[in-house]
Amino acid sequence: MKRTISVTVNGKVRRESVEPRLLLVHFLRDVLRLTGTHVGCDTSQCGACTVSMNGLAVKSCTILAVQADGAEITTIEGLARDGALHPIQAAFREHHGLQCGFCTPGMIMAAKQLLERYPAPTIEQIRDQLDGNICRCTGYHGIIKAIEAAARAMAEKGQAPTTGS
Amino acid sequence: MTGTGIGAAVRRKEDLRFITGRGHYTDDISRPGQAYACFLRSPHAHARIRSIDTSAAANLPGVLAVLTGAELQADKIGNLICGWMIHSKDGSPMKMAPHPALAVGKVCYVGDPVAVVVAETLPQAKDAAEKIVVDYEVLPAVADPAKAKEGPQIHEVAPRNTIYEWALGDKAATDAAFASARHVTRLDIVNNRLAPNALEPRAAIGEYDAGSDSFTLWNTTQNPHVARLVISAFVGLAPEHKLRVIAPDVGGGFGSKIFIYPEEVVALWASKRVGRPVKWTCDRSEAFLADAHGRDHVTHAEMAFDDKGKIVGLRVHTIANLGAYMSTFSSSIPTYLYATLLSGQYAIPHIYCEVDAVYTNTVPVDAYRGAGRPEATFVVERLVEVGARELGIDPPELRRRNFIKSFPHQTPVIMTYDAGDYEASLRKALEIADYKNFPKRKRESARRGKLRGIGFSTYIEACGIAPSQAVGSLGAGVGLWESAEVRVNPTGSVEVLTGSHSHGQGHETTFAQLVSDRLGIPIENVSVIHGDTDKVQFGMGTYGSRSGAVGMSAIAKALDKVEAKAKKVASHLLEAAEGDIEFKDGKFIVSGTDKSATWADVALHAYIAHKFSGQELEPGLKEGAFYDPTNFTFPAGCHICEVEVDPDTGEVTIVGWTAVDDFGVVINPMIVEGQVHGGIAQGVGQALLEHAVYNSDGQLVTGSLMDYAMPRAGNLPSYKVDMTVTRCPSNPLGVKGCGEAGAIAAPAAVINAVTDAVGVEDIPMPATPQAVWSAIRSRAQPRQAA
Repeated sequence: MKRTISVTVNGKVRRESVEPRLLLVHFLRDVLRLTGTHVGCDTSQCGACTVSMNGLAVKSCTILAVQADGAEITTIEGLARDGALHPIQAAFREHHGLQCGFCTPGMIMAAKQLLERYPAPTIEQIRDQLDGNICRCTGYHGIIKAIEAAARAMAEKGQAPTTGS
Repeated sequence: MTGTGIGAAVRRKEDLRFITGRGHYTDDISRPGQAYACFLRSPHAHARIRSIDTSAAANLPGVLAVLTGAELQADKIGNLICGWMIHSKDGSPMKMAPHPALAVGKVCYVGDPVAVVVAETLPQAKDAAEKIVVDYEVLPAVADPAKAKEGPQIHEVAPRNTIYEWALGDKAATDAAFASARHVTRLDIVNNRLAPNALEPRAAIGEYDAGSDSFTLWNTTQNPHVARLVISAFVGLAPEHKLRVIAPDVGGGFGSKIFIYPEEVVALWASKRVGRPVKWTCDRSEAFLADAHGRDHVTHAEMAFDDKGKIVGLRVHTIANLGAYMSTFSSSIPTYLYATLLSGQYAIPHIYCEVDAVYTNTVPVDAYRGAGRPEATFVVERLVEVGARELGIDPPELRRRNFIKSFPHQTPVIMTYDAGDYEASLRKALEIADYKNFPKRKRESARRGKLRGIGFSTYIEACGIAPSQAVGSLGAGVGLWESAEVRVNPTGSVEVLTGSHSHGQGHETTFAQLVSDRLGIPIENVSVIHGDTDKVQFGMGTYGSRSGAVGMSAIAKALDKVEAKAKKVASHLLEAAEGDIEFKDGKFIVSGTDKSATWADVALHAYIAHKFSGQELEPGLKEGAFYDPTNFTFPAGCHICEVEVDPDTGEVTIVGWTAVDDFGVVINPMIVEGQVHGGIAQGVGQALLEHAVYNSDGQLVTGSLMDYAMPRAGNLPSYKVDMTVTRCPSNPLGVKGCGEAGAIAAPAAVINAVTDAVGVEDIPMPATPQAVWSAIRSRAQPRQAA
């Protein structure tokens, strides 16, 4: 029995009829065709599917689409504004925080949450906060450098966001 | 060098689509009318199939087809093959068992595909797969390679489950060297089995077009042309010219996406059967069962020294687990990519290595990042380190005494090293790691109740795979050259078509850097096209750290031809003799004059062809090249790992990592360092965390990311990465390759450090807290003589 849900995704209200067992990640990928959010595992370990839901980073493979009814979702596609990269996106490129790019959307969305919690994080805090995101390519070195640099860039721009923003 | 030329840390062109979520990985692609495939896999490691009843599944809503090995045979679909012939010591060929894409008569590992359901939706396909009834007669199984020869026979063609018993080197001379040695170091080594786990799971979309009677396969592959060749020539699904293979963005490979697997063959075949595009995307837990694993060696090794600490001989016996079937290149990994590297960085006069490859009831084992070379490095670097400890010689000093110092150097195991300076990388690494103050740091750790250790790995690898004639003489079924085509457009922009394939390596940037450097044009005006057999004429793909040394060399060769042709055009345009035309900084100049033409002028004139007749010069500016390397390349270096061990818990913390590598000429240092970081992470994963474990029944115990310990950010250190450079004389660019070095060097460095800290040599990989804690406890027991 399909149910109709209304979800604001990247600022746009989307009303769709979905199966109750449909996961949020498949709603994003298969129904809305937002394929930037990736599926890297089936046990909620890899974090490739991380999106922002009502301001909090969530693994969209652990949430049913129907649970997102009424929620505001930001995916990787909605992070750049007016053609300008988000500072985290820019920092990932500048500091070689990606290789194959598959974990990258989830990693960037997790980094966004991380910097909301810790606007000036230590390396230990970054390593700890990335525990739910697996990268097989970079050894995390470039990712950590990118997140440190993004924190600096956001602080300089006075963009350091507060929790829940 | 321009700002975007060779040696510049150019930020990657491909990143923009990846950081904005606009990449196109296989599973992101949807074809009109596509149906979905789900495989039913064997739950048993070894069983005879008495019968398969698909009727209940076939009658479920949405189900388009339920196919088994019977239909495969009815359609005369050929078996998967291993493309590298190895002969045993007795001259007999390797025992390659039939490998159908869907099981025929029996299953040989947990995960062996038995049937496929194609349905309108994936949930329908999954539901239907559960309704297939298979009557199995379960047979005894063997998973441990050390027990394979005594285990139940898996394939008729392979008595004692033995694929080959191969040897390399001079046994008599090596035995004689051991007889006269002053000291012999002996080790029993298990090189632990690993699951590659590229973050993007494998996926395939097969599409048959009845109008043109042709197929298209979108596939997560590192080598689309090789996939097309095998699927055409051996599986026989379609002739090569009627099969297009597209490898779009691919999310990591590490070897596991080289091979031609059952699932893509079945998706392609099923698409013709059901008349619809068929998509299959692997689940992660399914990937643990279905993707080729790596490593899995059981080795006894001995190194003989004279009274001055010089290595006089090396003897190695390895049992290599190749799993239930022979995967695409599996036979070559524990032989020509392993034993040929056993000389390490050392002048060892006599080496003898025996390798027994065996079948077991486990998923096939094939190349995984490093592929044979990490196993060889682990053997050599553990022996050297333990030998130094036993002889009471400082480990770096023992290495120094044995380093090869003049080049070219012919080892006793086939390879001719062309260039290197092992002393230079060791010296630099010792400085960066502050080795001389290690005792001070060790005392400081001890004050905090921690055991500190330091471990070295002066590794070598053979990359730039490989000269075709040489590998052909060793049994390879293919040539290992690479192709490139450089197309110059009338406006002067350039498209490079390459047979290499990027799945994280950044070729769209580095290859464009070469073009920018050579032609003096902005890097934005260069596109690199790869991964489509309809666009790129042929290619051997990316593995074995070959894309720089072989793939880029092919581009360089094509650029030579482009430049030569462009000079002819310029000579007409500038009304000068061709021999007087110089090409420099993107300009064609008539020597000794101020007459010049820009690159764009010449490109335009090559196409409009107004300044020359078609009889004297062909219009256009497009050249292709096939480059076959003259030798392997030999990247080498020194990695130093420093660890702290908590004696109460056995937990190992890496507190320092120094890597000094010699990759020859570096095109993009940022990308090269990234490759080193990632390689080390996988090597540290092998040494401390990762292990694909089968129980004695052949059940995979570590079948998901909940059970298989992948390295996470908190498990890894920051790395100090530096380089030394000796130019590679074996290719026009002087490059050696960097993709695998970290994974090759790291495991030995870690285990050498952990064993140094703990004072016990017998610590297995992965050195989990439990393993290390047990080793620490064992110190109280009298140690067995080696």
